[in-house]
Amino acid sequence: MIKVEDLHKTFAENYVLRGVNLEIRDGETITIIGGSGCGKTVLLKHIVGLLKPDKGKIYINSTEITSLTEHELGEYQKKFGYLFQGSALFDSLTAGENVAFGLHNMNFNEKLIKKKVSDCLGHVGLSGVEDIKPAELSGGMKKRVALARAIAYDPEYICYDEPTTGLDPIMADAINELIIHLQKTLKVTSIVVTHDLSSAYKISNRIAMLYDGKIITLGSPEEIKKTSNEYVKQFITGSINGPIKLKLKEF
Amino acid sequence: MIKYISNKFYNFLDGLSKGVTLLYQTLLYMFKPPIDVKNIIDQLFEIGARSFPVTALTSFSVGMVLALQSGSSAISVLNEPLYVGTIVAFSIVKELGPVLAAVVVTGRVGAAITAEIGTMKVTEQIDALRTLGTNPIKYLAVPRFISLVIMLPLLTAVSNVISILGGFIVGVYKLDIPSTIYWADTLDFMDIEDLFHGLIKSVCFAMIIALVSCHKGFECHGGAEGVGRATTSSVVTVLVLILVSDYFLSAILVAMGIG
Ligand SMILES: Nc1ncnc2c1ncn2[C@@H]1O[C@H](COP(=O)(O)OP(=O)(O)OP(=O)(O)O)[C@@H](O)[C@H]1O
Ligand SMILES: [Mg+2]
Repeated sequence: MIKVEDLHKTFAENYVLRGVNLEIRDGETITIIGGSGCGKTVLLKHIVGLLKPDKGKIYINSTEITSLTEHELGEYQKKFGYLFQGSALFDSLTAGENVAFGLHNMNFNEKLIKKKVSDCLGHVGLSGVEDIKPAELSGGMKKRVALARAIAYDPEYICYDEPTTGLDPIMADAINELIIHLQKTLKVTSIVVTHDLSSAYKISNRIAMLYDGKIITLGSPEEIKKTSNEYVKQFITGSINGPIKLKLKEF
Repeated sequence: MIKYISNKFYNFLDGLSKGVTLLYQTLLYMFKPPIDVKNIIDQLFEIGARSFPVTALTSFSVGMVLALQSGSSAISVLNEPLYVGTIVAFSIVKELGPVLAAVVVTGRVGAAITAEIGTMKVTEQIDALRTLGTNPIKYLAVPRFISLVIMLPLLTAVSNVISILGGFIVGVYKLDIPSTIYWADTLDFMDIEDLFHGLIKSVCFAMIIALVSCHKGFECHGGAEGVGRATTSSVVTVLVLILVSDYFLSAILVAMGIG
């Protein structure tokens, strides 16, 4: 279980997280939705310990991770797979070496690594790209290699930062199926950030909405669809009219 | 004005403390298994072998010009090119060899280290390393640190020989110093401590280059522009630190009776 308690984070003048509280149950897929720039990625990075909060605590199975030393934190991070919004592939390595990277650290043997790499690339529809460098892949292909890299070593928790952004609708649905499959077969706990609501409804057990630095709603996809919260309603219907005001210049 | 100076001073102390922290962590992870031999060998090659041609060329020229200048000065003062071999050998082995090799390696290797690590930082590859269970300091800083500390003294030693050879050629063929006398001048006054003096300094310079370039890379932010800024600042900082610490290192080593 992951528990986020009263998390605050400010970058320079920018007060991004203003007291996030969230509990993520083992084995569930929880999706975080919210406006662009509202702090979803920042929240995800706190959960894996890549960012340190100004205030607040994060528990992973009763261990408080914000106060761990570098080395102890490293041990926790091994339990996580993380798909970066911008893929973050190692550009000096080939796609295959990227996917194998985590496996080497988990002491798998060479033969198994090879099999795992080709399996995982196969799951994301990229069989045979092993020897290609990331610079030669398309944006969507990079994202899928990054996804293969994040799931390759069977982590207990997987954070997906916009897994379907930049993919065509059919491929996006294949990725949805993959996320559901990992949850069913490996009992993975997943935290997904997405703007793709149909994907969110399909894969999530629960959906949380981040607004103004706080979680303003948390509920099952059905509850979210029927919500009476004006902010959530505006967000899921995708309307410019409502309590959420964008700072746009008139045209 | 006072604010500006105190700011600079604060930044200097801040950088110093971060440098020491990085040194501590680097040493810590250096001896923590598994040791990444392949990565270290790659870096040894990149830093050592690839820097050799430039270092050789510069040190050869410096040896030649040093012989030429000290020879012509000696002629104008003493009417004879006396002790040219001695002057060249001492200046090279104790001072110019280590400093010049360090300067060349800073430009070639230090800048590349900052740019590479900095790019990895701004494209989240450093974060990706962490989530894949790899400590960035162990994976990136340790092999570069080890390679520099091994390779810079080696490069210095070889470039010393090349410089002295350059001085010899000018001394013998241009200044008409008999070659036996040139060799005698070179070797008679040289002690093993003088060699150590130069090599110890070069180990220290290697640590400065490794720590500052890695640190500037890890601290990098702000896209391509940030990488450029970090690289410039890394080279300038290393050069200043090398030249300033050179005096203090020399003073300490001399006080300890080494050279
Ligand atoms: N490293 C950083 N330094 C400074 N500010 C940052 C940093 N990372 C994020 N921010 C700021 O924090 C805010 C939230 O960023 P975040 O990336 O979490 O948004 P997001 O919700 O993921 O948006 P999107 O849906 O567009 O990806 C933004 O205003 C951003 O400018
Ligand atoms: Mg984001």
